[in-house]
Amino acid sequence: MTTRPFGEAVQRREDPRLLTGRGRYLDDLGSGALAAAFVRSPHAHAVVRDIDVADALDVDGLVAVYTWEDLPERLARPLPLLIPHPALTHGRTALPLARDRVRHVGEPVVMVVARDRYLAEDACALIRVDYDPLPAVVGLEEAARGERLVHDDVPGNVGAHLVQSVPSADGREAGEAIAAAPHRLEFRLDIERSASMPLEGRGVYARWDADDASLRVYSSTQTSTSVRMALAATLGLPLPKVEVIAPDVGGGFGVKIMHPWPEEVLVPWAAMLLGREVKWTEDRREHFTSSAHERAQAHSVRVGFDDDGRVLGLDVTILHDHGAYTPYGIIVPIITSTQLPGPYRLGAYRVAFSSVYTTTVQVTPYRGAGRPQAVFCMERTMDRIAAHLGLDRTAVRAANLIQPEEFPYDQGLTFQDGRPLVYDSGDYPESLRLLKELIGWDSFAAEKERAAAGGRRLGIGIGCYVEGTGVGPYEGGHVQITSDGRVHVSTGLTSQGQGHETVFAQIAATELGVPLERVSVVTGDTRRFGYAVGTFASRAAVMSGNAIALACRKVREKALRIAAEALEADPRDLEITDGLVHVAGVPGASVPLATVAVLANPLRYAFDDEAARATQFAGASPPDRPPVAEGEEPGLEGRGYYSPIRSTFASGMHAAIVETDPLTAEIRILRYAVVHDCGNLVNPMIVEGQIHGGVAQGVGGALYERMVYDGHGQLLNASFMDFLMPYATEVPHVETAHLQTPSPLNPLGIKGAGEAGVIPVSAVIASAVEDAEGIPVMKMPISPSELFDLRRAAGGPQAS
Amino acid sequence: MKPPPFDHHAPRTLAEALDVLAATGEHGKVLAGGQSLIPLMNMRLAAPAHLVDINRLGGLAAVETGPDGVRVGALARHAQVERSAGAAAVQPLLRQALRLVAHPVIRNRGTAVGSLVHADPAAELPAVLALLGGSVRLARRGGTRDVPAGEFFTGPLESALGPGELAVSAFFPALPPRAGTAFEEVSRRHGDYALAGVAALVRLDGGLRVAAATAACVSAGPVPVVVDVTAACGAAPAGAADWEAAARAVRERIEPEDDIHASADYRRHLTGVLAARALREAARAAVEHADGSAGGYAAGSRAGDGG
Repeated sequence: MTTRPFGEAVQRREDPRLLTGRGRYLDDLGSGALAAAFVRSPHAHAVVRDIDVADALDVDGLVAVYTWEDLPERLARPLPLLIPHPALTHGRTALPLARDRVRHVGEPVVMVVARDRYLAEDACALIRVDYDPLPAVVGLEEAARGERLVHDDVPGNVGAHLVQSVPSADGREAGEAIAAAPHRLEFRLDIERSASMPLEGRGVYARWDADDASLRVYSSTQTSTSVRMALAATLGLPLPKVEVIAPDVGGGFGVKIMHPWPEEVLVPWAAMLLGREVKWTEDRREHFTSSAHERAQAHSVRVGFDDDGRVLGLDVTILHDHGAYTPYGIIVPIITSTQLPGPYRLGAYRVAFSSVYTTTVQVTPYRGAGRPQAVFCMERTMDRIAAHLGLDRTAVRAANLIQPEEFPYDQGLTFQDGRPLVYDSGDYPESLRLLKELIGWDSFAAEKERAAAGGRRLGIGIGCYVEGTGVGPYEGGHVQITSDGRVHVSTGLTSQGQGHETVFAQIAATELGVPLERVSVVTGDTRRFGYAVGTFASRAAVMSGNAIALACRKVREKALRIAAEALEADPRDLEITDGLVHVAGVPGASVPLATVAVLANPLRYAFDDEAARATQFAGASPPDRPPVAEGEEPGLEGRGYYSPIRSTFASGMHAAIVETDPLTAEIRILRYAVVHDCGNLVNPMIVEGQIHGGVAQGVGGALYERMVYDGHGQLLNASFMDFLMPYATEVPHVETAHLQTPSPLNPLGIKGAGEAGVIPVSAVIASAVEDAEGIPVMKMPISPSELFDLRRAAGGPQAS
Repeated sequence: MKPPPFDHHAPRTLAEALDVLAATGEHGKVLAGGQSLIPLMNMRLAAPAHLVDINRLGGLAAVETGPDGVRVGALARHAQVERSAGAAAVQPLLRQALRLVAHPVIRNRGTAVGSLVHADPAAELPAVLALLGGSVRLARRGGTRDVPAGEFFTGPLESALGPGELAVSAFFPALPPRAGTAFEEVSRRHGDYALAGVAALVRLDGGLRVAAATAACVSAGPVPVVVDVTAACGAAPAGAADWEAAARAVRERIEPEDDIHASADYRRHLTGVLAARALREAARAAVEHADGSAGGYAAGSRAGDGG
């Protein structure tokens, strides 16, 4: 086994455990805990007039019933608005339990605690809530009309309005640049709602230790440190008395970065009040109607361009549906607004969004977080330009690409982290060249013609994106080498199956010169590391990876210093290989890291033979100096923090070949090709896996998934029967090529990879279907039934 | 998503099961494969006070084949019927349809008779029974009755099964001589309920001209819609029949509805496309069948395709 595994396709170390049923997910814990269940609103919008719990009290095994009236002052307030923004002038969040108003189907109204979940649901069924229904507000148009209000004190249902404008080099605003352009187009593009939909829903399990006055909470979350701080604040507990642990988490994809959820504060509160363990495991129906959705957006585009398809001015007006509440702020439309320019140098750009309330489930980021919409918008625009000018779609893109020598490239916008949006590195022309080669772009026209001769319809599509990854503010890592030679790595951010145990170990093993097998990694456990932000925005490898590398470098330096003394050598002459510190070029002159760890911790008491070597009569430290030198700490351990000045920008380009059935209007993806650049690769296999998973979710968003609300705000497809996540049978084989332009912003030269795969898929499939059919595709997702409608509307030959 | 309380009965004999069903009446529900019932109960959309679990009645698991057809017992799983070489030989449409039912894990547990009793107009087996003119045998304490398919399906998720009755078996008539079948469907994802689907049966005369052609459509109305297209396609030789005219006849007869997955118009169009495909394929199979043998049972027995 190499001791420099950085960059190697190392097998995922978590897989044997996860694939053989030995993962420990939230519901695997706390088998003896009481169960919580919730009475949730069946109405999209209603006044709560009365709650009658009398009948539920007869249920055998009932322990407690709580309504808003029962909540202490700290809990009776609206939940936090996590990311305030000056443009979010009318931000609103929900109460943990509804008081007198519900604003979406699924909003929690009553919490029931019982001996088990069956009994808790029986009791829920017996609780009578008297509602006075109000008109629902569903869909962007209805919300924007502002005739029916979701919140009485939010006029026009507008929560936020934000405009960003970047003039062209010659100082012209977008409107002016468009008006002066030789060619102009105007159109609208729509994307429907979908959701993260992890296979494991949310869940909370709380243990209150009355003797110790301490609280331990397990939560299926993407941020245990922040849940901990929120709980300490909400429950009035000293922070050191609260521990939060993210156990194995069966997928997050964004929805679990939202916190604290109503259940996440109510369950620990009930555990404290009752002095009993309490657990709540979200079921699928709850997840559909009570967690969060994303994607729904409409984009009105005006673009002006020259004869080569160069964009001289682009003006995009976005209408964003954020659902009933804005606990996560307006991150999604901000990301759409700022990532829309993608790999292109636009003449002038103006983007405005209005974010509106509807009586539907709230919107928080889902993998891609506003970027799939942005890329759909930009890439459809590129295709429209190409169609208008009769140019090849890749030629129009090539005419607009930022060139390699233009980095760092400032887009002139403010990104989601409040910092300037400056691309750090990339090679977009090379990426396009690789993609065209991989998919066979230039030979496709002949292939399409051959297929047409046989009665088959083929189409090719393309989509390009730039993704800001690794947003701050920071992450940290702790590395400890113990006297058995083992390396213990911990970081505060959480894991949802990405392979952190593997890649963080690869980084530590490489930095320290130890075998990979000796490194263990713990994530998301506040007992081990209390400072963290969380796992989102493709940031874990960039943030924690670099923090761990920095921590390792500190530990390495200390190890070399101690070993140098033991070996009577200059630390600058020392190397670490295979866990052995040795003098470069002098075989035999070495000391194991295990021994260095022993020497790093002067002892009075021996507990084993190794420890005996560090005791006071063993001569481990010279008698004329304090055993621990001034400014030093015992032990061979170190912490490192990585806090970047701004995000690093990964990029990629996808292409697909689809076949549409002339009779049934079925859409089949024949080939799917990806060129991906996330800087230096820690583990190419894991990066490819992330891309495959992302493309799979993207295929869902492009061809299958949508949240179907009726006019009354009822979600009509709140189950896996009717919300169509693609199966393996619907996901194409993904062909991948990597490009590596290292980030100059961080020590490891890496960029994020987690979200990439999902981002351009809707744009790519729309482009390919349009190519096959010769009909503009302006809305996604698209189903066979909708393609049938498009054909009919286009008046084309319709076989029947 | 936990069911409300219910009593679980586990009879060991058919008589005992019928006694419990008689005693519980409309409050009793039979549990066989549970692939539809259990999700409905978990979502509290169904709340039977008594579940009569027939899984211990091993005698109901038989798949009996004879020259006149296939009798499928109430406990025979989809997979068991699908794999039965004998059943496929006597009536090939069974295997053609069962391969389209959901996913292997569901077919391993779900039962064919359970699917008929559930009477979902989007499901394959009701269409098969309706197309073939089969029947369901209903037992109650003190008697049994055979209900023909045409009377068995009474509405969406509604059948002629009464309180106190147990569907003990279903009978699928054998493929007539010089006949062929096919099942074509389009679903959103692999294994989903079909957006549209058509089972077809084509019988030829001695001169290999179309003597009878029928199609049964799923997701096309409240119950499986059987359309006789013999007249529409003309008494032409199998290879020259006007299947597009037959498809038009099918489109005119069906009453599909809009839902969240597809519009009624699309379903109507698609059903026509699939009807033409299924009828053409059934005619091709009929020609093959006529070449091979005069009788389906004999032909199938020789085929012996691994059950």
